[in-house]
Amino acid sequence: MKINISKIIIFSLVVFSLFIFWQGLKKNNNYDTKNLIGSKISKFRLIEINNINQYISEENLKKNKFTLINFFASWCSPCRIEHKYLLNLTNKNKDIKIIGINFKDKKNNAINFLEELGNPYSFVGKDIDGKISILFGVYGIPESILVDSDLTVIKKIIGPIDQIQYEEILKLAQ
Amino acid sequence: MKTKNFLFIFYILITVSAYSSENQNKHLEVYKNLRCLVCQGQSIADSNSDFAVTIKLVVQDQFSEGKTEDEIYKFLISKYGEWIVYQPSFNKNNFLLWTLPYVILIFGGFIIFLIVRKTKHTNVN
Repeated sequence: MKINISKIIIFSLVVFSLFIFWQGLKKNNNYDTKNLIGSKISKFRLIEINNINQYISEENLKKNKFTLINFFASWCSPCRIEHKYLLNLTNKNKDIKIIGINFKDKKNNAINFLEELGNPYSFVGKDIDGKISILFGVYGIPESILVDSDLTVIKKIIGPIDQIQYEEILKLAQ
Repeated sequence: MKTKNFLFIFYILITVSAYSSENQNKHLEVYKNLRCLVCQGQSIADSNSDFAVTIKLVVQDQFSEGKTEDEIYKFLISKYGEWIVYQPSFNKNNFLLWTLPYVILIFGGFIIFLIVRKTKHTNVN
């Protein structure tokens, strides 16, 4: 029996293409930046919202057992929803220090926001043009990044923190 | 003297304008290859979203610091993954994407060659 090479090749290519297509369908195409988990955070310099002479850098975070870096703004309504969880975290676990990065906001609005809802942050810095958010791989707010004292990202939360994520943060920071 | 001054100013203006236009083109090329992560199917160049505006500022800053195009892509990939660039770099995860068209082309050529040879052979007989 004569083997038809071209038919075999065409058949193999069709099978291969279908396999790739099938694999593509199985893949989750929702974009996120969870690939940053396990990586170190970049060097940064964050200026305090009320005092331009006061700032922190990544070196300051090394002193904390865990740091939750939270991007927020007064104009962001999901930030209001997650705020109670941030306050609870500050009260519940003293090992977690929360750094607030005020994203593209007006200073007075941010201060009013914190006066109204409470201030869970040990430091509030400003990111007027959003450039600091890029250093942390942020593409929308609210976003939160949990890092340990080695400055390794151990959790990244895109969107507001909810009860499940709140519990997960507490568990990770034990 | 007046003409000399005029020519000198004209030369300076032309040089500055050419330099600025060259820089703008260089920036635009990078924006075009960056995906706006919060828009649907738009590049950073096409978008005016908050995210696109910030990325443009970061790219401008990095160019001013003397970083190359590749270094800028590398930095953004380290933050947002390969998804942020429209033209991904060649690596083990996407080698098929780069090589498959050539492989198919070679196979296609081979098949056409076989068919032509077979047809010729049949015609001779």
